[in-house]
Amino acid sequence: MVEPIVKYRNVHKAFGDFKVLKGIDLDIFPAEKIAVIGPSGSGKTTIIRMLMTLEEPTSGDIIVDGTNLWKMEKNGELIRANEKHLRDVRGDIGMVFQHFNLFPHMTILENCMSAPIHVKKEDKNEVRERAIQMLERVGLGDKLNNYPNQLSGGQKQRVAMARALVMRPKIMLFDEVTSALDPELVGEVLEVIRDIARNDDMAMVLVTHEMDFALDIADKVLFLDEGVIAEQGTASEVIEHSTNERLQTFLHRFRSV
Amino acid sequence: MNSTYWSWDTFSEALPIVLKGLGITVGLTITSFLFALIFGFVWTFLRRIRNKPLNWIITWVMEFIRSTPPLVQLFFIYYAWPMIPGIGVTLSPFTSAVIGLGIHFSTYIGEIYRSGIEAVDKGQWEAAKALNFSTVDKWRRIILPQALPPTIPMLGNYFIIMFKEVPLASTIGVAGILLMANTYGAQNWAYLEPLTIVGIIFLLLSYPSAILIKKLEIKMNTRFDKKATLENTKKGAVM
Amino acid sequence: MKINAIIDIFPQLLKGLGVTVTVLIASALIAYFMAFIAGLCRLSNNIIIRKITGFYVEVFRGTSLIVQLFWLFYAIPMLFGIQLGSNWWTGVIAIGLNYGAYLSEVVRGSIQSVAKGQTEAAIALNMSRFQRMRIIIFPQAVRMMLPEFGNYTIQMLKGTALVSLIGLKDVLYYGDIMRSTNLSQAPLIYLLVLVFYFILALPLIWLTRKGESISRKGVASG
Ligand SMILES: Nc1ncnc2c1ncn2[C@@H]1O[C@H](COP(=O)(O)OP(=O)(O)OP(=O)(O)O)[C@@H](O)[C@H]1O
Ligand SMILES: [Mg+2]
Repeated sequence: MVEPIVKYRNVHKAFGDFKVLKGIDLDIFPAEKIAVIGPSGSGKTTIIRMLMTLEEPTSGDIIVDGTNLWKMEKNGELIRANEKHLRDVRGDIGMVFQHFNLFPHMTILENCMSAPIHVKKEDKNEVRERAIQMLERVGLGDKLNNYPNQLSGGQKQRVAMARALVMRPKIMLFDEVTSALDPELVGEVLEVIRDIARNDDMAMVLVTHEMDFALDIADKVLFLDEGVIAEQGTASEVIEHSTNERLQTFLHRFRSV
Repeated sequence: MNSTYWSWDTFSEALPIVLKGLGITVGLTITSFLFALIFGFVWTFLRRIRNKPLNWIITWVMEFIRSTPPLVQLFFIYYAWPMIPGIGVTLSPFTSAVIGLGIHFSTYIGEIYRSGIEAVDKGQWEAAKALNFSTVDKWRRIILPQALPPTIPMLGNYFIIMFKEVPLASTIGVAGILLMANTYGAQNWAYLEPLTIVGIIFLLLSYPSAILIKKLEIKMNTRFDKKATLENTKKGAVM
Repeated sequence: MKINAIIDIFPQLLKGLGVTVTVLIASALIAYFMAFIAGLCRLSNNIIIRKITGFYVEVFRGTSLIVQLFWLFYAIPMLFGIQLGSNWWTGVIAIGLNYGAYLSEVVRGSIQSVAKGQTEAAIALNMSRFQRMRIIIFPQAVRMMLPEFGNYTIQMLKGTALVSLIGLKDVLYYGDIMRSTNLSQAPLIYLLVLVFYFILALPLIWLTRKGESISRKGVASG
């Protein structure tokens, strides 16, 4: 049997006294496409930010490829991970943000090249070739030397995806990557994600409000509610056969919009 | 510290003497600040003149005053002004300092007013027009009451900045704390202690004021600038 | 007659140009250096480093330049038992430390105002703390700093006039000398002194405006 590439085990997260996640257990398998849905404030973003090391769990374990992400061993004891440990473990994870977070002082091409060169110490020419390839794949081969502020929102988000892909992650995290976009630009970004989902063999976790799209490409759907995974399964299991009332209300509201 | 260089006796002897200048220092700060507050309006309104060449000249006059040393400007008013045939009058050191520092900083304060006025919503101008206000009433009742309050923290910062520039006036003989310290130093050939006292006085007065103004600024920002901060967040988000 | 006077005064003032310009350049270099050191120290994780730099910054911002100048003028030879060689150094150190303190706040503020998303994106690309600072945060922060660095350099130019008070022979010093021998010429003398400083300020004003337009592009702040 295939081992999960990521395991969440009884993960809790609180901001101060405010408990956001109350015991998350989740397996992510290689090449698996997971959609995370749920009401606003249910902790969807927090789940993937903890995996990206942007947020530290209050308790519980996140295991990436057999290694505990937030804890490391020292003299036989598990202690809080330091920066070096986090860097060693998170190398296989990439993320695309709601607000793109492109580097405004770099061209599109430089945005895609800086991390492979500085972080992975790869050969510059090789990286350049790969970055250009990736930018062509997302349809921006003609914008290589433009700066981010010269692009539309949809174009920016496609650059952000190329930038993450050039790092060849085994797991890609998407946090509502279309919700900051004008409606007419959503389609082009979803197309790129669909293309990645079909043709790349990395695991993907998509937090999204694009319900139909998510259900279309996801192998597994998680419904997050009140700090726990209230429902999970294939799209049809979750959508059509679930008896969870809050899920039905949630879906109903989306359908009617 | 070696006692030949530092004497607490000197320190305590100099303290009351230096403090005698505090009233003048604070008084000069307040007077020249008020002068700058009033004169700042002159610049603000001069810059609203629509005549292009005139506007250009006013902008550069302000730039000239702003980017040349206030010390030289003090000397100009104190030593040179009385020598100008026709308009020259002899001014006391204190008055010279009020005018010199006041004019220098009025160029900054004029710009603060301008930023406040430009921040007033365009709709307010149109509303004033629609309600058929006279020009004076428009400014007095609609524009300025909205434009000025948000500038208070910035004006407060300039009050502190001016406070720290006031000792320049000791060079033309205004007997504030710095001149007191220097005079004591010259008489007793002991400068370090009185000058340290001057430094401590400045620190004791300006540091708490700066904190106070920072607090005021935060308070005002939440009251007046909700829209501006929202705008900024949006701007930051799109990259 | 006026023209003649100008022809007389101008070369006199010119004699002070070297001191004014060298004091400005040297104190600006010290100020920029102190600004980056102190600005970064105030963002350090080490509380002792933060407190010590905080003390430096608040003392120099909280007292005035002219007081610091006089204080150092008397204190340096006394406290350290050395003569720095010249008052030139005293002036440069006073102006440099004073504006270094102000500019360190600019450095700190700019670094802090680079949008949080930039750091997060850099973490998602697995950059180290140092790489994040060097490749992502710092280049953007420096762009934001440019206008303030320009403004404070103009302030420094104005501040250099103070060194005449400790006997340095700068532009103002020669102006004062001429005024004391020929009081009736005072208006023209000081006007020319002001024009002198303004001419020196013009390139700085131009650079500041340039810096403003650069800083408006290429940063994500918030
Ligand atoms: N840094 C933080 N400090 C305090 N509270 C936070 C922080 N980040 C998130 N929260 C809170 O935690 C809860 C979950 O946040 P999260 O962003 O994970 O929700 P979400 O499911 O992604 O919601 P949305 O659909 O609106 O994006 C929210 O109530 C949010 O206000
Ligand atoms: Mg979210």
